Amino acid sequence: MMRVAMIITRARAEEKLLLKAFQRRGIEPELIRDEELVLNPLAIDPRWSEFDIVFLRTLSTSRGLYLLEYFDRWEVPTVNSLRTANICADKFKTSLALARAGLPQPEVRLAFTPRSTLEAVGELGYPAVLKPLVGSWGRLLAKVNDVDAAEAVLEHRQTLGNFAYHVHFVQSYVDKPHGRDIRAFVIAGQTICAIYRSSSHWVTSTARGALAENCPVGAELQDLCQRASDAVGGGVLAMDLFETEEGLVLNEINHGMEFRNSIEPTGVDIAIKVVDYALSLAEQHRQDGSEQT
Amino acid sequence: MSEIVCTECGAELRLDDDVIQNEILPCPDCGVELEVMSLNPFQVALAPEVEEDWGE
Repeated sequence: MMRVAMIITRARAEEKLLLKAFQRRGIEPELIRDEELVLNPLAIDPRWSEFDIVFLRTLSTSRGLYLLEYFDRWEVPTVNSLRTANICADKFKTSLALARAGLPQPEVRLAFTPRSTLEAVGELGYPAVLKPLVGSWGRLLAKVNDVDAAEAVLEHRQTLGNFAYHVHFVQSYVDKPHGRDIRAFVIAGQTICAIYRSSSHWVTSTARGALAENCPVGAELQDLCQRASDAVGGGVLAMDLFETEEGLVLNEINHGMEFRNSIEPTGVDIAIKVVDYALSLAEQHRQDGSEQT
Repeated sequence: MSEIVCTECGAELRLDDDVIQNEILPCPDCGVELEVMSLNPFQVALAPEVEEDWGE
């Protein structure tokens, strides 16, 4: 019997679906709340050695990253890997990884002061999108249509207490045909399904009310997602893409995907596919361990 | 099927049998999110506010 730990911040619909999927495979994961954990870098807590795999489903990016650093140090197998999470948690690191792999993405810039950011936005051209480096669900995204708007947003960012908001990530605005983008669900490089996310608002996040409908997975989407998965370290990923006249363009890659709104339109049991991948990694870890002993 | 009372507005919520620890339950009346703190005895509390680094 595989022993699985699932670390959560809160139990969302996704965690419940994953739990049920594990149970369908005859496995009862141990649910562990991240807020209960205390990590000692000098020694591993023996409880973690009991698990074949630790499945990170933390809502908190920072908690997830520190946990992955800890598990990586002690060679505890995880979904996703530290490398993948480190890249995907940060939009600039994601952009660098995609650029290194030669994959299409909107023009982006990183700058450290309002003045240099304004110059960068001016070079990219308006409209542009200011994004926090770490963030999700469309939080604090700002589409700036002119220099006045950019100045205002940057002034507000500078007054926010968190130093992370004082590093400015700017992306060229991509006009979405039909008011939609694509969310692809990718496991170990395979795009298992995808949805179009449509909204009258320029932010097309289902967390912000965008509508989801099935997007057929064609060769271009599959190939691009495969290469993007390789570029960021693989694992369980949700990729956001824009359709442009030149072809598909990668926008963001999420390493802690939500999928509750995508099961019905795609007809794909996303939870069981994620669970089967996690169990295959656990099985591989077991085999590697038995070969070493 | 269990019933709980929303800690914010007093509305009665019916729960499915498969409810789990730390599950988030939106109150249909006032809209707050309740978190299941304990299954036995059954207890809920207001869920923590979303923090800046929460997400996918």
